[in-house]
Order: sequence, then structure tokens, then C-alpha cells
Amino acid sequence: MTDSDASDPRPRDKAANSGPAIEVEGLKVHFRTSAGLVRAVDGVDLAVQNGAFHGIVGESGCGKTTLARAIVGLQSATAGHVRILGRDRADWQRANRKGFARSVQFIFQDPLGSMSRRQSVLQTLEEPLRIHGIGNAAARRRKVGELLDLVSLPASVLDRLPRSLSGGQRQRVSIARALALDPRVLLCDEPLSALDVSVRAQIVNLFARLQDQLGLTIVIVAHDLAIVREVCSAVTVMYLGRVAEEGAARPFFADPTHPYSQALLSAVPSPDPRVEATRVPVLLEGDPPSPLNPPAGCRFSTRCPVVIEACRVTEPQLRAVQHGGRSACHLADTSGHPIL
Amino acid sequence: MSEPVYAVEDLVIDLYTPSVSVRAVDRVSFAINAGETLAVVGESGSGKTVMTLGPLGLMPEGVTIDLRGSARAAGKDLVKMSPKKLSSLRGGQFGVIFQDPMSALNPMLKIGPQLAEQARRFAGLSPAAARAAAVSLLARTGIPDPEDRYDRYPHELSGGMLQRAMIALALAARPRVLIADEPTTALDATVQAQILALLRQIQNEDGIAVALITHDIGAVSVLADRVIVLYAGRIAEEGSAIDVLTSPVHPYTRGLLASVPDFRSDTASGTREIPGLPPDQTRVLPGCRFADRCPQAEASCRTKRPVLTCVGGNEVPHRAACPIVIRDEGLADND
Ligand SMILES: Nc1ncnc2c1ncn2[C@@H]1O[C@H](COP(=O)(O)OP(=O)(O)OP(=O)(O)O)[C@@H](O)[C@H]1O
Ligand SMILES: Nc1ncnc2c1ncn2[C@@H]1O[C@H](COP(=O)(O)OP(=O)(O)OP(=O)(O)O)[C@@H](O)[C@H]1O
Ligand SMILES: [Mg+2]
Ligand SMILES: [Mg+2]
Repeated sequence: MTDSDASDPRPRDKAANSGPAIEVEGLKVHFRTSAGLVRAVDGVDLAVQNGAFHGIVGESGCGKTTLARAIVGLQSATAGHVRILGRDRADWQRANRKGFARSVQFIFQDPLGSMSRRQSVLQTLEEPLRIHGIGNAAARRRKVGELLDLVSLPASVLDRLPRSLSGGQRQRVSIARALALDPRVLLCDEPLSALDVSVRAQIVNLFARLQDQLGLTIVIVAHDLAIVREVCSAVTVMYLGRVAEEGAARPFFADPTHPYSQALLSAVPSPDPRVEATRVPVLLEGDPPSPLNPPAGCRFSTRCPVVIEACRVTEPQLRAVQHGGRSACHLADTSGHPIL
Repeated sequence: MSEPVYAVEDLVIDLYTPSVSVRAVDRVSFAINAGETLAVVGESGSGKTVMTLGPLGLMPEGVTIDLRGSARAAGKDLVKMSPKKLSSLRGGQFGVIFQDPMSALNPMLKIGPQLAEQARRFAGLSPAAARAAAVSLLARTGIPDPEDRYDRYPHELSGGMLQRAMIALALAARPRVLIADEPTTALDATVQAQILALLRQIQNEDGIAVALITHDIGAVSVLADRVIVLYAGRIAEEGSAIDVLTSPVHPYTRGLLASVPDFRSDTASGTREIPGLPPDQTRVLPGCRFADRCPQAEASCRTKRPVLTCVGGNEVPHRAACPIVIRDEGLADND
């Protein structure tokens, strides 16, 4: 059993500080629609350290998928720059698309949509190896077997089509495919959501092992804050196209400073129904604002329980706060912050 | 107690594809009553989706299914029903939130009209009323700019918005039974809390029955009255949510709950695995299907199929299919 307790320092303290693996600067992705401009990502700066296990969390629709897709070039950006492993991502892709794909892999939020309906699991897993001319047929077959083991799938799934797999089995196939080329950077959009807790533990342990042994950098977009808190070394909280707060995971979760982060964390239900019956989460009033027409000043000001006049006028910038990370709240700095 | 709105007895489901046959569900019985929430939890691939949707004729394309046992809803036997009759009964009685949003929504059509069509067809609303109902459902599921989203295509919505659109779609026909297959996986914690509250509110107003299939024990603890724990196509344990979640008996349930991360505790339970793989369901062997992975397994576990036995519970019997734990811990409840 890969049992580990709270004192296990593995993932968090492993975040080697040998410079960023991903640097995002002033990134904007706007969609033109009949109703106007959707500002899905609206000025994001982000640094993911080499070898980090970096979690991106935030409200549904705040732009996490769009950001992740723009980082790997699946979505063109309206403005801003992305550097991966020290190289300009766009230049890298232009110069050597295959080389880029070997180093940087992406796992989609919707596993079915990213697989061909007619390809069996075997074909799905073999394809990247074939395209990149890795090994002969026998070696590829062996590699596919190893990949299945990594994600705990039995060999009996090999000749099945994606549709005939359960939700969690599909998700593991897409993880196995992303690992086929031994990438150095892995971005995953909700890779754990369809997995039961035990398989999920296997996958996060696998990720932690890859990060530990191979120095893989992992960015994971996830809604499951309990898992992010347990396995990630760093966290970014997004709200309506912007970064609300960021920091090292352990200190951030111990003392979040942005009122949105606090409301988000407080909404996580307890697995114990007796606790749940008496717990009173912080409820957010009002409708989530629209990316078509973001509020003036702080984007959270329309729902923030501790809003002050300045919040509706000036947009707060990220600045240093007590947990050592940064927060975009007028009321939070190194001397203190609001508590909901 | 009133007659259950959806009841399945001794259900066996074999799935055939050109290459394999799988016993996905192996003699399972369950019933859901109006106004209650039954949660179905268990390992990925354990048959949760097939067990609840199979009797309704909702199986993926390309599979042949052999279904035995009985399944009843609205006083009718679903197993013997023609596909056409089944489909119309389903439309009026059942709302389904599919695990994979894109399988329910047509990617070529705008979101709103798909909802309005449901409301028109099954809840019998006029076109204008159906449109208003669709917009209001989008708003109730917390989607910003519902009027604008009405005219968006599925690919223009985020993962969580799609999931909410699907929840809206399932509710549009005002069903008696809502089958929610992983309804909140793509939602952040605040929106999830909002959706669970919405489900509870609709349940209070309309008395609908909810089957909640989920990996999220937090959602179970918020919403469920009763819980079924499925392992490899069989019920390992069942009972009230409190009994099953706080005094689990079956070694699989205990292992499962031990890997549930608790956001407010400092034990790293989210990295705790149950060692081993789920059994190969293409072969049906005698005995307990969890035996190969069970720390407490004895020789008899591999030869004799364990039966569900009462271990307590008040109004809702708490039952587990593990004679070993029941014997060792003296749990048999004989009254
Ligand atoms: N192709 C598109 N056209 C128009 N709007 C889009 C498009 N793709 C995304 N959007 C909008 O951009 C915003 C951000 O979407 P995105 O998918 O990045 O959110 P997300 O944070 O990943 O949400 P979730 O957690 O629900 O997956 C949403 O308002 C969405 O409706
Ligand atoms: N079309 C199919 N053809 C063959 N086998 C199938 C098909 N659909 C499902 N199965 C198998 O039936 C079993 C039960 O699947 P089901 O989808 O009900 O699992 P589940 O408990 O819902 O899992 P998950 O939590 O991953 O969604 C699995 O072993 C699965 O591989
Ligand atoms: Mg997304
Ligand atoms: Mg399922």
C-alpha cells in the first residue's frame, strides 16, 4: 500500500526552485460572440516552477480551461506571452511541432471528445508512439502494456472502443495517452473528476511519483479542493478571468486571504453527514457576474461580503500577503486580511 | 411506506460487444421512494451507471444487453416494455443527468431551444411558456446571463456550465425520478453547494425521487438519505447515509471511505489506495468479488457468495455482504 501520512513531505517540498517551467505574462483570451466580447481570460500572469505540482482552481466558467488551452497553444491568445521550459511557446511550436508535443502534453476535460470514436484503446495509446516513430511494433506494444499498468487498467480494455468504457476508465485512458511520450510538462484539465476515490489516489500517487522521479512539472485544473490541498505544491485561484490569489499550497490553505478564496474553501462539504448537518458555509449572495461585462473595480465586488467603496472603483492588483503568496484584494496585505 | 417510484429486483445485466461479454450487474435490488435521495457509490466500472440506466433502455450504442429480473416504475414492468413505450414513459417520468454532458446535448443545436423542446414535449408547455421555463432553469442552476446563454451552442459553454445546462435539461420535463449520474463533478465548490441546494429544494417542492450516482462522498453526505455501495456489479453494503458513512461494515466500504480526502483534516487520506485491481468481470467466479483485495479474506470467501445481512439500522435496515466482519465483530442483527 502506498500509504502516506500528513508528515510525508514528498510533493509539496519537492517544488524545486530551478526557475519556472511555465511563464505566462499578460495573457488575454477574448471570444467574439453575437452578444459581445467574452473576456474569458483577461490579463493573467502565472509562473509554474520547474518540478511543481501546481493546482488551478476557481469558479466554474472563470477561464481555467481557456487559460490551460492557451498555454499549450490549443487556443490562440488575444494578447500576452507564454514561455515553456525557457522557450517562447509559439516559436517553439512553429519551429518543431513534434518536439513540442513530446515535451508538453495536455489532458482534456472531456475525455470522450478528445478520442476518436472508432479507435480502440490499443490504437489510441499506440498512436502517439507511432507518430513520433518510437520503437518497433513489439516495443510499442510493451510500452502500451506499461501505460495500462501505470493507470491500473486491465489488458482486457485494449480492444474496446472509448464509448464502451465506464467514465473513469476513459479518463484513465486519456491520462495514459498523455504519458506515452514521457513529457516534461503535463497540463491536465480535471483529470480526476470521473474517478472513484481509490483510483484517484492511485493516479495522484502516480503523478507525484512522476514528478518526484522524473522531475515532471504538472499543472492540474481541479475542482476537488481536498485533493489539491493534499497533493499540490502551489495553487492559483482564479475569478472571472483573473488571478484572485496564489501561493504555496500549505500556507495558502491554512490562511487564505481573498474573500473569494475563503468562500470557495468554506463551501467544500464534509464527508461526514453529522458534521455536514451542523456546518454553516459562507454563502455567496448575488449572481455570478458575466465575462461579457465584468464589474468595474474588483471583479468580486458585486458578491463580496466585505466590500468597501474603493473595491467598486479601483481594480486591486496582486500583492504580497501574510502566507507568502499574493492576493488581489484591497483589504489584504502583509499586515492582515479580511476573514469571512 | 408508499409504493416506490422506481424499483428494481434481482437485476442481472450482461453486456456484449463483439469481443467481450461482461456481467456488469449481478443480482441487484433497490427501490427509490418519492421525496428521497438514494446515493449509489462504488468503484469506477462497478456498474453504477448500467444498473440505474440499463432498465430504462439507456445504454450506449454498439452494445447488446441482456437484462433479467424486474424493474418497475409508474406501476409498469419496464423489462417487458417495447422500446417505444419505454421511451415515452422515460420522457414523462425520468429526468437523467448524464455523466458525459455531450452525450445528452446536441452539439449542433443551441442550448436554450433544446431545453424548451423538453419542457414543451414532456411538461406540456406552450412554446412561449417553454422558452420562459428554459431561461428560468438556466438561471436557477446559476448560469450567468441566462438570456444570452439560451442562444449559445454547447461548445461555447464551460464544462461546468454544460453540466448545469444538462441539469436544467433533466429537470425541464418535471420528472418524478431524477437520475443524476455524477451531476457535480465539473463544478466548483460554491456552485456545487448551490446545485445540491437546488436539488433539495425541487425535491421538497415536487417530491421527486433522486438517484445520485457519485464518487463525491461530500455530496452524498449533503444530500443522501440512503446509500448503496456497489462493488463489481453487486451490492456490498446499504443503509441510511449516516450508518453507511459513519459505521461502515464491509471491508470495501471501509477501504473506500478511508481514501476519501477530508478537506478539514490533516491526514492525507486522499493518497490512500485500496491495493489491487477490481476483478475481471468477463468471468463470473463463485465467492466474494472483493476477496482478492480484501485484508480479511478467508478460504470460504472464495467459494461462497456472501449474502446481504442485516447489521442494524433503525427505519432503514443497514445491511452488509461480509460474513467475516459480521462474525468477528458480532454485528448480526436478528430482530
Ligand atoms: N468558444 C467559445 N466561444 C464563446 N465563449 C466561450 C468559448 N469558450 C469558452 N467561452 C466562455 O469563456 C468563459 C470561460 O470558459 P472556460 O471553459 O475557460 O471556464 P472554466 O474555468 O474552465 O470553467 P469550468 O470549471 O466550468 O470548466 C465562459 O464564460 C465560457 O462560456
Ligand atoms: N458499452 C459497453 N460495452 C461493454 N462493456 C461496458 C459497456 N458499458 C459499460 N461496460 C462495462 O460495464 C461495467 C459497468 O460500467 P458502468 O458504466 O456502469 O460503471 P460505473 O460504476 O458507472 O463506473 P464509473 O464510475 O467509471 O462511471 C464496466 O466494467 C464497464 O467497462
Ligand atoms: Mg473547464
Ligand atoms: Mg458511470
